[in-house]
Amino acid sequence: MNLEMFLTMQNELLLVALLLAVLIGEIFTSQNGKVKLINFSIVGFAIITLIGFFAQPEGSMFGGMFHTNRLIQLLKNGLNVGVLIILMQSARWLKENLVPQKKSAEFFLLMFSSVIGLNFMISSGDFLMFYVALELSTLPVAALAAYNAYKRQSAEAGIKLILSATLASGLALFGISFLYGTTGALYFDDMAGLLQTSNLTILGLVFFFAGLSFKISLVPFHFWTADVYEGAPINVASYLSVISKGAAVFIMMFILFNVFRAFYDIWQPMIYVVAIATMFIGNLFALRQQNMKRFLAFSSVAQAGFMLLGIINISALGVTSVVYFVLIYMFSNLAAFGVVQAISQKTGKENMDDYNGLYRTNPMLSMVMMLGLFSLAGIPPVAGFFGKFFLFTAAAGKGYYILVFIAVVNATIALYYYLKVIRAMFLRRSENPIPHFNNDVFMKLGLATASAGILVLGLYSPLYDYIQSISNLIFN
Amino acid sequence: MDILSLFVIAPIITVAVLLFAKNLQQSRLISLIGSLVQLGMAFNLMFTYLAERANGNTSIMVFTKSVVWFKSLNIRYDIGADGITVFMIILASIVVLAGVFISWKINDLPKEFFISLIVLATGVYGFFISLDLFLMFLFFEVAVIPMYLLIGIWGSGPKENSAMKLTIMLMGASALLLVGILGLYFYSNPDGNLTFNILEIAKISIPAEVQHYLFPVVFIGFAVIGALFPFHTWSPSGHASAPTAVSMLHAGVLMKLGGYGVFRVAMFLLPIGAKEWSWFFIILSVIGVVYGALAAIKQTDLKYINAYSSVSHLGLVLFALLMLNKTTWNGAIIQSLSHGFMTALFFALIGMIYERTHTRDVRELGGLLKVIPFISVIYVIAGLASLGLPGFSGFVAEMTIFVGAFQHVDLFHRVATLIGATVIVITAVYILRVVGIMLMGPVKKEEYRLLEQATWYEKTGIFLLLIPIIIIGTMPLWISDIITESIKPFIERML
Repeated sequence: MNLEMFLTMQNELLLVALLLAVLIGEIFTSQNGKVKLINFSIVGFAIITLIGFFAQPEGSMFGGMFHTNRLIQLLKNGLNVGVLIILMQSARWLKENLVPQKKSAEFFLLMFSSVIGLNFMISSGDFLMFYVALELSTLPVAALAAYNAYKRQSAEAGIKLILSATLASGLALFGISFLYGTTGALYFDDMAGLLQTSNLTILGLVFFFAGLSFKISLVPFHFWTADVYEGAPINVASYLSVISKGAAVFIMMFILFNVFRAFYDIWQPMIYVVAIATMFIGNLFALRQQNMKRFLAFSSVAQAGFMLLGIINISALGVTSVVYFVLIYMFSNLAAFGVVQAISQKTGKENMDDYNGLYRTNPMLSMVMMLGLFSLAGIPPVAGFFGKFFLFTAAAGKGYYILVFIAVVNATIALYYYLKVIRAMFLRRSENPIPHFNNDVFMKLGLATASAGILVLGLYSPLYDYIQSISNLIFN
Repeated sequence: MDILSLFVIAPIITVAVLLFAKNLQQSRLISLIGSLVQLGMAFNLMFTYLAERANGNTSIMVFTKSVVWFKSLNIRYDIGADGITVFMIILASIVVLAGVFISWKINDLPKEFFISLIVLATGVYGFFISLDLFLMFLFFEVAVIPMYLLIGIWGSGPKENSAMKLTIMLMGASALLLVGILGLYFYSNPDGNLTFNILEIAKISIPAEVQHYLFPVVFIGFAVIGALFPFHTWSPSGHASAPTAVSMLHAGVLMKLGGYGVFRVAMFLLPIGAKEWSWFFIILSVIGVVYGALAAIKQTDLKYINAYSSVSHLGLVLFALLMLNKTTWNGAIIQSLSHGFMTALFFALIGMIYERTHTRDVRELGGLLKVIPFISVIYVIAGLASLGLPGFSGFVAEMTIFVGAFQHVDLFHRVATLIGATVIVITAVYILRVVGIMLMGPVKKEEYRLLEQATWYEKTGIFLLLIPIIIIGTMPLWISDIITESIKPFIERML
């Protein structure tokens, strides 16, 4: 192994470098310099994101524990863009709320650690690496969830997240130990050849699946979602709902396809049932939510159910549709969360009724929100329509027409509650509307990036074809 | 740029320009110019189409264009037109233009109103020209969603509920449709080169047992927007709450997507399923025809009367399509056109009456013929056209349908036709009842004597809709010749 091989970890190494720079910068800046440090961190992260789009070396290291290919790089770039949007959306919160509390740099420290964890997780080729990365990505977020230390709800969110996360990773580890016990291997590639059908391996598969389901918040492991999203700072909630969920869905798909390919008959009904339950429970609970954060929490539970429709088609078509959907979902959810963040930061209002008449005072914010919600609901011509359609195509490709029908019925239920927000913003009027306000440059950039993603990703077909071509190479 | 893509691009440009409009005057001027251009394009399309056919072009679709969109799934931007498409586009462009005239004085958020209206029109044009099922589905949803905002923001009465009900029901129908489209896609080519293209799928024969399941799914998916009984309930409340121009567009154009989709997709691609299932849907459509007409008798709200009459008239379109013969198909398309113009005209007139008297309750109106003669006379004319007076479009359409339906000699079709034909009488009852109560007799309230006469823009809108009704009524052969030409591939495939 030579030093050049380390370049395959380019993204992770750059992130560590930035993290250290922020940490050292924190020591040497005065209170006035903190704001500059925030700007520096965001710009630094933007540069890393940009670098990622230029060619990165592919390959594997440490005997296959760490590997990258073009699909993983694409996902990493996507996640980077998502994190960048979240950072831009939280700039004002950081400057106004966290600098006085003297903990703005730690925010970046925790956030970047978690991102590094996710990057390692999707690159892992070995259960050990996978487990370490899973922990690294989860624990900092629990601290972040409790970041509004003076709010009781935030502390509650932190403790709920850490408890369920440790339980989940405990379950996953338990499952992994079964698998290790029966095969004596930890590498994905080795294990795929050694696994035999036995009760122990099936138990291992189920525990592993359950552990990862917590992270994706699939029913019945979704209970933490709404409470944590409601209590945690909004940017942390959006991080949980898009970045961490997207990465977890990807690695789950990867492991199911590669390690448990021979067990398709066992996990296929699991996915089938969990998908239906997740969609229905997420949607039905979202119907009656008033708090926007809880509302988006249940909506994101339901969206996770849709992603399973792609996983159930165990082929390149399924991979493509899931990756494509994850990217689209990221932009859509970030647009919605961004608007909630902007309004909450300015006025402290987080309820749906508070949004009454928003279009008449803040037309741009309402339009961004509408784009995001339409995309989540799958209304053409915005990107979400294409994402959902291709997921359904993937499921129908295996002949699951009933599942597709149930999913589309769920999409219709979902449309109802997304329209409720539209109704509040556009149809209703309020005697006490949210006054007109201006956002800072970072927030505007963040919302603009998300909206541009929503508008472009769907109509611009080469992206889909590109994902299809690389997943054809990898998964056939 | 080819002649058909313009129908998508011109509205998009209109919307883009509208974004910069500052007030009502600018918005309506831009929309007026935009829809005038579209009307011009529609007539240009018709003449180019006729010239193309005269030159001996006998392909199923002319002006076709095919651009690869999503390569790996073989989704294409496939467009094309035949005679039916051309007429539907003319219908849409006229109703949109009339709608702009009728909304001349919209006060609340005018820019947004016209943008939603034109986006809806984009969806409708796109739907009619697409030959790719994915594209068609996309435009279908583009056409439906603006309705939510249009009814919800600018409507009246229980507008929030009506808008929600309409959107959810139509989107629920598109759930079925989506499953059906995916089914068609995965059976589109046994060799593995799957396609969404209608003409390509029409070349093969999908296995009969698959058609057995797919046909009802696709049929209902489209027919809900065509107000198939018992899925029509979104339509009356939606019409009643919608602002005038939206009711016009909704009943005049949007509901036509149903019949068009049923014909072009469900019946053309799944002929065996259509034959197998036609009896069942004939029963539903006959119920819709009679039920809609009977319900219209009992209504007191003018808009509800028309909404139920639409259910009845569009039930007749589905009925005619399901009768599976050349004459009824011809009649179904003429009925679609005729109903489109007539209902739009009715809703425009109702809007004018409501704007002046602030009520749509027939019992509170009376003697309007004396105070607003122009509007009233046109109302009478529209009514006569609707109940099928010779010389107007309704007569031609219903005549063709029932003559065609009687060509079936078996008992079931005979009985269905007889029951369906009673609608001619029932229609006369509800039309004449309204005319009698509302227009004749003494003037009910004194303040009605001060009502304002029709303005120039209202008259323009009215004439735009009235002229086609008379043209269809007086020169039906010319139209049915063009339609017959376009029905040929359907006949070859099904009969």
